[in-house]
Order: sequence, then C-alpha cells, then structure tokens
Amino acid sequence: MKIIVCVKQVPDTNEVKIDSVKNTLIRDGVPSILNPDDANALEQALRLKDGDPDTHITVLTMGPPQAQEMLRECIAMGADEGVLLSDRALGGSDTWATSNALAAGVKKIGEYDIIFAGRQAIDGDTAQVGPQLAEKLKLAQITYIQDFKIEGNQVTVQRALENGYEVVRVNTPCMLTAIKELNNPRYMSVPGILKACKSEIKVYNAADLGLDKTLVGLDASPTNVYRSFTPRPKGKGITVEGDTPKEVVKELYNHLREKNII
Amino acid sequence: MNFSQTKEQDMIRKMVRQFAETEVKPIASIIDEKAEYPYDTIAKAAKLGLMGMPFPAEYGGSGTDYISYIIAVEELSRVCGSHGVIVQTHCALCSWPIFTYGTEEQKRKYLPDLLSGKKLGAFGLTEPNAGTDAAGQQTKAVDKGDHWLINGSKIFISGGGIADVYVVMAMTDKSKGTKGISAFIIEKGTPGFTAPSHENKMGIRGSIASELVFEDCKIPKENLLGEIGKGFKVAMTSLDVGRLGIAAQALGIAQGAFDETVTYMKSRKQFGKSLDKFQALAFEMANMRTRIDMSRLMLYKACDLRTKGISSSVEAAQAKLACSETAMYVTTKAVQFHGGYGYIKDYPVERMMRDAKITEIYEGTSEVMKMVISGDIFKGGK
Repeated sequence: MKIIVCVKQVPDTNEVKIDSVKNTLIRDGVPSILNPDDANALEQALRLKDGDPDTHITVLTMGPPQAQEMLRECIAMGADEGVLLSDRALGGSDTWATSNALAAGVKKIGEYDIIFAGRQAIDGDTAQVGPQLAEKLKLAQITYIQDFKIEGNQVTVQRALENGYEVVRVNTPCMLTAIKELNNPRYMSVPGILKACKSEIKVYNAADLGLDKTLVGLDASPTNVYRSFTPRPKGKGITVEGDTPKEVVKELYNHLREKNII
Repeated sequence: MNFSQTKEQDMIRKMVRQFAETEVKPIASIIDEKAEYPYDTIAKAAKLGLMGMPFPAEYGGSGTDYISYIIAVEELSRVCGSHGVIVQTHCALCSWPIFTYGTEEQKRKYLPDLLSGKKLGAFGLTEPNAGTDAAGQQTKAVDKGDHWLINGSKIFISGGGIADVYVVMAMTDKSKGTKGISAFIIEKGTPGFTAPSHENKMGIRGSIASELVFEDCKIPKENLLGEIGKGFKVAMTSLDVGRLGIAAQALGIAQGAFDETVTYMKSRKQFGKSLDKFQALAFEMANMRTRIDMSRLMLYKACDLRTKGISSSVEAAQAKLACSETAMYVTTKAVQFHGGYGYIKDYPVERMMRDAKITEIYEGTSEVMKMVISGDIFKGGK
C-alpha cells in the first residue's frame, strides 16, 4: 500500500507575531514543530506500516527550506521518504493556493491509496486545506476521523461530530483528515533518527510542479486578510445566586434587563 | 576543532527530551518516594533504541556516537537521575565490557538481548571491604575443571536483583593482587546467586541498588569474560566509559535543577517583583549556567575522544569531576533559590539535590578522579 501524509511545520507557541503589512505569521525565531493533528495522521499511516511492512509512506509538505527538519522527524518516526515543496513563489499562499501546490505535489509523487492529513494546523486553524486537496484530486474525503479500519480496499472510519460520531465507509483511493482522538503519536526512535539523517529529502520548486503565479503565492490567493488581532477577553462570567428558584430567576431577569437583552 | 552538534545529536536530544518530559517526569517523584524500579518506562525507552546506543547494529545496537548516547543519559537525568543511571549502568558497565572483551560466542549470546533492552545488565565490583581499594576483592572464583565455583558477596550493585546479566569480578589468584582478579558473566537465576536486600538510599531511589551473594554458585567455564587475571583491567576500562555516563547524569541533574529554578524565579514574587529581577540571584544564575556549559564542553570532548577510539581515562575523570561538582553546586543553589519550597518534596529540586550527591561518589569518588588526573600530571618521574 502507498500512503501520502500531508504535514505542516507550525510555530510551537501561542505567542506568534504577525507581519503587519502582509498580515501573515512571522515564523523567524519561533521554535517549530510538526502540527499536532498531522502527527495523528502520520501515526495512523505508521500503524498500517506496522501491520504490513511493505507499506510505503511519503510525507509531503509545503514550506521554507527548514521544513526539511520536520520531514526528517517524520522519517525518524518511521516514514519512508519526505517531499518538500519549496519556492519563494509559494510564499503567502492561502488555503486555495496551498491546496493547488499540494495537489501538484501529490501528482508528482504519483501512486497512492490513501492520503492522510491532520484536521487543521494550529497556526491558521482553517481546516480547509485537506478538503480542498481532496476536491482538486477528485478524491472521496472523510474529515475528522477518530477511528480507522481497513479491509482490502474498503476503509471504515468513525467521523467525529459535535455530539457523537458517524460511521462512514469509503473505497481507496481516498483522503482522510485526522483528529487527536484517533491515536497517540509515537516518538522518534534512535534507529529512525540515524536513518532520517541519511535520507535525502526531495525538494521541488514551482517550476518542477508546473505551477505559475495564477495558482500559487500571495497574489494568486483569493483570501485577503483584512486584519489580524487578538480578540479581547470576554471577562469573567457571573453566577446568579439566590435562596429560591424564584429569586434566582428574578435576579437573572434583572441582569438581562439591565443589559437590554430582554 | 568542532563545537557544533550534528543533526543526529540534535534530533536525539529533541526525541529524548520529549520522551523524558512526557513519560518520565510524571513518575519521577513517585519512584523516588516508593524506591520503585521504573520497569514500564525503561521498557518504553528500550523500544526507542535507548538501551544500546553506542554499539554497532551488527549486535543489535543503534550505532550512534558517544556524544549522542551521553545526550540521551543527560536528557533522562534532566528530569530523573534514576532513569539516567539505569541506562548508563546497563550500557557502560555490562554491555560495553561484553562487547569489548567478550568472545564472538559471548557477544552473539548476550548482546542482542542487552542492546535491545530485552534483558538488563549490571556490574559487580564493590565489596564491603573493597570500595576504592578494588584490589581487596574477597569474592573468589575457583576453577573446578568443568566449571567455575563462585563464593563471596558484592554490595551497592546498581540493578542488583533486577538485572538479568551481571559482569562480576572475582579473585582467581589472591597472591597476585589486582592481577589475580578475573571477570565473569553471571546470569540471574543461576543457583547459588541471590540479591537478598535492597539498599535504602538518599537519592536515585528509583535505581535499585542491592547486595549480591554467591554461595557455591556454579557457572560454566565459557562465562569467563576476557583473559584470566585481566578482570581488573576489564573493570577499570569499563569504569572509564561509565564515568562518561555518570558525568552525563550529573550534568543532566544540574541542567534540570537550573531549568526548574529559572521557571520558579520568573513566577515567584517577593517585595513586589519576581526573583529574576534581584541581581544577586540573577548573577548567581549566570555563574551556574556558565559552570554547566563548561562541564558540558569537557564531557563532550571526552566523548568525542571515545568515539574516535582514543583512550580517554584522564578526560573522563576530569569530565566526571567537573560535572558532579557542578551538579552539587547547582542543585544546592537551586534549593536555596526556591527558599522554603526548595526543601519540601512538592518541588523537584529537593530530589535533584539528593540525586546529585551520588555522582561525586560512585564509579570512583571525586578523590579517585583526582588520583587519576594528578597521576597523569606527575607521570614519568622527574
């Protein structure tokens, strides 16, 4: 079986700074990690490989050259190879442009049975890239998977909902996005690290992928960030108290009245 | 001269830190309190390849250099000194002598299980009357033709009763002094071999130390490790490697206590400001960090020599002396800077200070390190 796992390197902190001109994240000087949901996606692929050593896992990412480090960490966890899409022309891509690039990357890799991705990245939190990628590849997709089973080419997953889950069945090839409830990602291993350090990461630029300015980069991105800001905290809530239910309701009524809600 | 770490070493640090923070840190105070051996986390560490790092893949090792191995011991010790010494004893004092002095049969028999962590290793040299003066061994091994007969006892043996494979020194010819000592491989469960009592220690309480007793313990002829009469050399060269591990353990404990103190000083407020704003304390932290980094450079240099196959007895002794004294200095200050909180068990620096002390004592005391170093200074007479 051939698996592609889409991963993203994200800043390892909530205190990210924002470029006030481009309205994008400044990543310099912030320690980077493998996006947590993507680690769950990779773990599921690795479990398939545990069961069948012939499984081949390619980790795919778009990012700056230093994203190679994260791909090596994925290899140190057990992935077979890493592919990095890296070019200044790809910088500033929104989710639409990013999924264009990833779709081109997937086509470059070639064969696959399953594409796994994390539900969303902790920096942008859009949860759009996985579904967009599936659309562009014309693949069946199931998002938010919290359980995974496979028999032959038939995949059965639990798709998490707000108050429960639905069981969905799909044939390969397909695209699945993982949530943290799916599994506990493994650590890198010492032999894995030694292998990762010797691995060659394939790096493709926009020209290699046949992508031009109408498909990728800041100018091609239909999303324009108007303003990035930290939302003002809502402040503390209050607990309405009273000796009898009647009193509590009266007190609550007064509060709502005061705020002109009723 | 190369002062930068390799990509491999950086990744090993990141991986072991992640493992240590997630798996080891939450149990560190529990295994200390209960003096419990951490079977589960050691099994997990083994699965990640941490029990056989600086040995070739041919025998089941991971094939790293010594700095990578030492970084692993350092990072484990940063959150728990017991885990650090368990890994180091297993690697340096059991796997290493078997790898270095064992016959091909012995290596094939023992190393795959040891290096994968399926079996644990220990080392028996110290006796009630033979500590620093290791030549005073009273444990005897008598050649009975088709087997060796071992009688005697060992004390303070790290992993005693827990480990599966023991490298044990015994006198084969008392008249020859240190040249009458030979090394043997003894397996757990051999009739006549017991580990009856565990020591109640000040620190590293998760690493069990025990007495070993041999009463007419018969072991096969082929379990002699190295040549007859060369056991003292086996022990001393193993300790040279072991000292790198103990230095790493000490360095890790120092770093752990330092990091805890940085966090504490930023959050603890007195007189309306956090402790890091008090220059007297901040300057002392500068001293502590400088001493930690100095010790680290010395240790990595000794490891680099070891990777290159250059004898590094003196450098290892210097590294152990520097790192263990740094560990005591830093942990004592760390407790001090935590004030009253540093003296109670709710904060890890209390345990770290207790754990640090042993690094000045075992695998050669600081005084022994000075004997090794000064011996080198004044070698060759006039």
